[in-house]
Amino acid sequence: MKKILLLCFSLAFVASVWAQERVVSGKVTSQEDGSPIPGVNVIVKGSTSGTASDVNGNYSIRVQDNNAVLAFSFIGFANLEVSVGARTTVDVQMAPDITQLSEVVVTGYGTQIKQELTGNIAKVSGDAIQNVPVTTFEQAIQGRAAGVLVTSQNGKLGQGMNIRIRGSSSISASNEPLYVIDGMIVNADNFSSNDASTNALADINFNDIQSIEILKDASASALYGSRGANGVVLITTKRGKAGKTNFSANFQFGSSKPTRNRDFLNSEQYVELMRESAYNNDLRDGFDPINNPADYPGSWLEFWEGYMDYLGGDTDWRTLETDTDWEKEAYQKANITSFDLTASGGNEKTTFAFSGGYTNQDGILIGNSFKRVSGRLNLDHKATDKLSFQANIAISKSMNNRLSSDNAFSTPLQLVAQAPITPVRDQQGNLYDDALNPAMSYYPATVELENSNFLVSVFRNIVSLGATYKLTDDLRVIGEYGFDLLTQNDDRYQNEFTQTGRAVGGYGQSRWVQAFNYTARAMLAYDKTFNQHSLSVIGGTELQEKSIDITDAQGQGFPLAELKKLTSAAEPVFVTSTLTEEAFLSFFARANYKFKDRYLLGVSGRTDASSKFGPDYKYGFFPAASAGWILTQEDFLAGKSTVSFLKFRASYGFTGNAGIPNYRYLAQYSGVAYGGESGLVPSQIPNPELRWEKTGQFDIGFDFGFFNDRLTGEIDYYNKQTTDLLLNTPVPSTSGFTTQFRNVGSLENKGFELVLNYSILKNADWSISIGGNYATNENKILSLNGDETRIGPTGSRFLNAVIVGQPIGSFYGREYAGANPANGDALFFLNRTPTQTEIDNGVAFIVPNGVYGDRYVTRTFNSAESIVLGNPTPTGIYGFNANVSYKGIELSVLFQGVTGNKVFDGAGSFMSANGRYEDNSTVDQLRRWQNPGDITDIPQARLYANNGAQSSSRFLYDGSYLRLKTLTVAYNIPGAIASKLALTSARIYVTGQNLLTFTNYRGWDPEVNTDFNASNVNLGNDFYAAPQPKNLTVGLKVGF
Amino acid sequence: MKTLMNKILIVTALFFFAVACEDKLEPVDPNNTGDAVALANDKNVKTTLIGAYDALSAGAFYGGNTFRNSEILAANSEIVFSGTFNDVADIYRKEMITLNADVAALWTNAYRTINVANNVLSAINVVNPADRDQVEGEALFLRGISYFELIKFFAQPYSAGNVSTNLGVPLMLTEDRNSVALVSRSTVQEVYTQIVADLTSAETKLASGPRSGKATKEAAAAFLSRVYLQMADYANARDAANRVITSGNYSMRPTYSSCFNTSTTSEDVFNIPVSTVDGVNNMQTFFAPTASGGRGDVEIQAAHLAQYEAGDDRLAFFFLDPGTGETRSGKWVNQFGNVKVIRLAEMYLTRAECNQRLGSAIGSTPAADINNIIRDRANLSPLGVVTLADILRERRLELAHEGERLHDAKRLQESIVEGATVFPYNSDKLVFPIPQRDINVNPNLTQNSGYN
Repeated sequence: MKKILLLCFSLAFVASVWAQERVVSGKVTSQEDGSPIPGVNVIVKGSTSGTASDVNGNYSIRVQDNNAVLAFSFIGFANLEVSVGARTTVDVQMAPDITQLSEVVVTGYGTQIKQELTGNIAKVSGDAIQNVPVTTFEQAIQGRAAGVLVTSQNGKLGQGMNIRIRGSSSISASNEPLYVIDGMIVNADNFSSNDASTNALADINFNDIQSIEILKDASASALYGSRGANGVVLITTKRGKAGKTNFSANFQFGSSKPTRNRDFLNSEQYVELMRESAYNNDLRDGFDPINNPADYPGSWLEFWEGYMDYLGGDTDWRTLETDTDWEKEAYQKANITSFDLTASGGNEKTTFAFSGGYTNQDGILIGNSFKRVSGRLNLDHKATDKLSFQANIAISKSMNNRLSSDNAFSTPLQLVAQAPITPVRDQQGNLYDDALNPAMSYYPATVELENSNFLVSVFRNIVSLGATYKLTDDLRVIGEYGFDLLTQNDDRYQNEFTQTGRAVGGYGQSRWVQAFNYTARAMLAYDKTFNQHSLSVIGGTELQEKSIDITDAQGQGFPLAELKKLTSAAEPVFVTSTLTEEAFLSFFARANYKFKDRYLLGVSGRTDASSKFGPDYKYGFFPAASAGWILTQEDFLAGKSTVSFLKFRASYGFTGNAGIPNYRYLAQYSGVAYGGESGLVPSQIPNPELRWEKTGQFDIGFDFGFFNDRLTGEIDYYNKQTTDLLLNTPVPSTSGFTTQFRNVGSLENKGFELVLNYSILKNADWSISIGGNYATNENKILSLNGDETRIGPTGSRFLNAVIVGQPIGSFYGREYAGANPANGDALFFLNRTPTQTEIDNGVAFIVPNGVYGDRYVTRTFNSAESIVLGNPTPTGIYGFNANVSYKGIELSVLFQGVTGNKVFDGAGSFMSANGRYEDNSTVDQLRRWQNPGDITDIPQARLYANNGAQSSSRFLYDGSYLRLKTLTVAYNIPGAIASKLALTSARIYVTGQNLLTFTNYRGWDPEVNTDFNASNVNLGNDFYAAPQPKNLTVGLKVGF
Repeated sequence: MKTLMNKILIVTALFFFAVACEDKLEPVDPNNTGDAVALANDKNVKTTLIGAYDALSAGAFYGGNTFRNSEILAANSEIVFSGTFNDVADIYRKEMITLNADVAALWTNAYRTINVANNVLSAINVVNPADRDQVEGEALFLRGISYFELIKFFAQPYSAGNVSTNLGVPLMLTEDRNSVALVSRSTVQEVYTQIVADLTSAETKLASGPRSGKATKEAAAAFLSRVYLQMADYANARDAANRVITSGNYSMRPTYSSCFNTSTTSEDVFNIPVSTVDGVNNMQTFFAPTASGGRGDVEIQAAHLAQYEAGDDRLAFFFLDPGTGETRSGKWVNQFGNVKVIRLAEMYLTRAECNQRLGSAIGSTPAADINNIIRDRANLSPLGVVTLADILRERRLELAHEGERLHDAKRLQESIVEGATVFPYNSDKLVFPIPQRDINVNPNLTQNSGYN
């Protein structure tokens, strides 16, 4: 060290001797491969003189003296400063910058370096989601991308997911993003045969994914024009690299448990509450069967005690012989098994990546499982210098043992409605039910799952083929074709002991879906760099067609429970087939221009024509423009290590939404049958003017890197205005119809997004980094049809409505006040000024002693005014992660959470309704009103009476939560040991999912939207929805 | 130069590729057709007429719920509804809110049926002249009986008076087909006048029955007798019922039990066909025990059973649910039995009641109709003197749980008593709210009193 210092000093001394103005020249090459780097900015530090390297990497610059320091900067490489000293030739090697700012980001129809992006694209690397023990990739990216809200409907495997990128931009058309795998638009539709949706993306083995890019703002997504309004999710799969063939294998095992259990009454508590409930009815009718035995015959109490004799089966409720924990009966021991094998490699002409995957997960609910077998081959071949080919072939089969929807008695978690005094089985070992071996009020899932099967198999081929021909050095022509063929079979059989099958001798269903979706594309790409200008242009045309063909057959009357196929059915009772087809024809172009590595400009336009719209309204034009300014390339900021990177960017553009069912502009008459004759009924009012829904989006943001990019991040503000909403507008039902698709109404989404990543420590042994993202979204309905201010709620059970001035799906209903201290009646806030007559008649009154403040309350539900009670969609979403590694040991954690939303428990009307039905109750019902003067939120128990069980704010809860989403601890076996085992690498890891949840929600899980009811508007509802699974797995991954 | 040629070639190729795709943008819906086709010719209009029947047969309408609603709203402590469908439970407890989905479904399905009927009527000129009366009669019949269900549930009963000021329901007629106009409610009188006009015209135009599941001259007359009873126009009610009886096209079944859980019998003047492949019987859904594929939601109480005399076959027809031990009605056990709407027995009861009230003996005497037809079939001995009360009691028992109870209670101005609560016949709580969805969409609709 001393020697070096000494050398420096002596050099400086010598240099100063002949310090003088002169020209310094040299060559800039890349440290990686020694190739020259053209366009590198070279400036003399502290002066205004600067230049750039030429096409061969050579530069020359005038310096004042030997103290001059040259600063070299170029995107994708680390900034470099070199003292000139006495030299006249200064050759430098620049090291590629490995920070994320220089990452290549996949954009629509191309790639860009992150530093040069003018749009907002969130990237999740495939490494981040490797081996996360979930069934589908959306679950794995939850919390990893700012402004991307991922919500599972419930904890059933293979179920639909709800993804919102920067909020909901539509009321009736789709709010789901567009999914594109290796350039091909894929099916993300729901092909479920029941009222709970399935997820077509679960067929994808996400261990094949190299990266996921989420296009959020208009400049990023406008190139997907018609379908970009909800954002675009680009999935890029792994490709091979030339070199020796690398193999890897991964084995993973684990198990799942519910994230939370709920407390229900035990037998003793149940008997107490329900007897009290019946006895209260008697007292209210003027009888006292307990103190006056003559009143007992014919009393409610007698009825109820008799009913408990029934519910007890062959056991005696009086001695509390049975105490069944029905929630436990709904769950099973759930295993997770997963294997992956990959191979990749190739030579200079041909590279390949192959993978095979097998995953088998049990759901936490009895009877639920998901299994997927998948294979993928990605090939690249250079035929000549000019001609190259690419092929990606993925095949998979997934097998999902499905359950009934949350609304059915036969879904496992509805078992909690059964009385704890009812045994699961009688003493002969036969299951109890409500009809054949009766001891229950409701049909139980225990019988359903022992006597039925509901297997949904999906066969999936996703193939894309492409050829690129270099016409000149700058101009390429690209042809691509790809398809997604989805074939699904629902094989369902419910034997003679099931609710569906018991009156008809067994019921069977076989349903086949074939969804074929192809995209053909021809495209020209032009890239040119000259002097300080860089231009990249693409233009092309695309045709996409999709057809969905469904055939469904159902039959009943089976000779034996073992004969489950329809061939054995005595009677076919339902046969149908349908076909729907759609097409999009598009022309698109984009130009990205860069000047002096600091001024960035992007413009794009796309014209889409869709078969979904009226004859004169098929075409839509979706332009976008964006600009960026890299301030750190300017002299006044260049070479500063504090502010190592700073880019300002802004964009504005239009995207469209055509996410409505086909043929909605046509008049329709549909075929029906009556008494064996065929008939026609008008089923749709035409709207020949049906056209595109349009979203204009403005985005402004900064990308930054501080302290030599140790701290990097992005901050964005966006404002999305959606007009011409494709609104399924309610029409007066006196017309014979209830709705019509019209382009009316508007809404907006606004919000901020912040992404921060900080590398705390990085050296040979240690690496510590933390990162986080936070996003807000403010959604507001601006207008509906004409003067209309509200649509919905559409029923009495759930409260979601569309209200002008409020976020989509806002809860709208009566405000619950609590129990009347005088008599235990449920009370609701009047929320309006009562009339004198209402006060005089006692309909509206104030509870004395300020129990409910000085607000008017009423016991008459219908008299209370409905108000906006809350927002079902989080207004804030965040995720933060930390990665620590020391030598071969790694720890990574991801927390994820939401704020600002409420959850409505629609099942409260049954399970938290103060002993209304035979249903078992949640333990909080023990807090019911019992004596005059009791001040409580739970009204008096009254059997079969509706004392406050209506849907109101009573069952509305804060839905915020914070969750330890993923935790991984891994140990990488040192290379020396691995090679002794003939391995190139070996990694042992433990991964957990949903390990901790912090929430005030009193139900199972705040991340919920009950499956049978989920829609754009029906958000944030619970209804016997299973909680998310808490998964813990161990794995071993080896390379060889 | 060569590259320029290449570029031109490629651009041209792209252009042709695009043009070739244009026709993909004009799709033909393989599952549905337009009105140009549906109402184009004789055959298609007749097919659309079948569609009107299908609309009528919806579960929410004549497929059963409209009859269920009548029975549970007028439960009178004689039946208990213990089901967990909260909207149905709210009807039973007379605590409907304006968002009640069952209430909305009745409204929307009735207007849907009316609209399909209006579609048929609007194209009546393309029907072969020989069949025109029959097709028109069927469409008028379907429209008339749809308005009749609407007026009975969504307005104060005719018996409450003020018929020319009390609000009825909006009238959508032939010229209004598929109209999304923001219509107002007509008065109770105007709606009844329209119903009488539709059914009277239908009776004239229709051919005689029997005809399973379809409108006939007698079915129109039978509905007219119900309409006139609601209007307390006993002479017209009697005459209409008498026309059905004297047509000779229908006959009483030998036993009471054989009237039910079947396809069409000789006693059925109008019913809705149900088979394993088509149609739904929602009376069965709610009244039948779970073992028969029902929900077992309606339990018959001792207060009802006590009204029967010993030995009454109609009493013996009740049975104990093998599951819960509750008493169930025997009328709705077969999941695939037709929904019985009007039986000939009702015509005898109506004729007897009206003859009794008017002191006439058109067709027969009240005593003969009651003793020889109704009581005899129920295996009961004849009554010495037949009073109006006797006739009304026989009507109540003979037609129990078939969907007439609420409407009879209202026209007879009988209160509904549930536990300690009395609902007068004209109580607001016995009238359905106009569905909130329509109130929201149509500012010209006035909500019924008692609903906020």
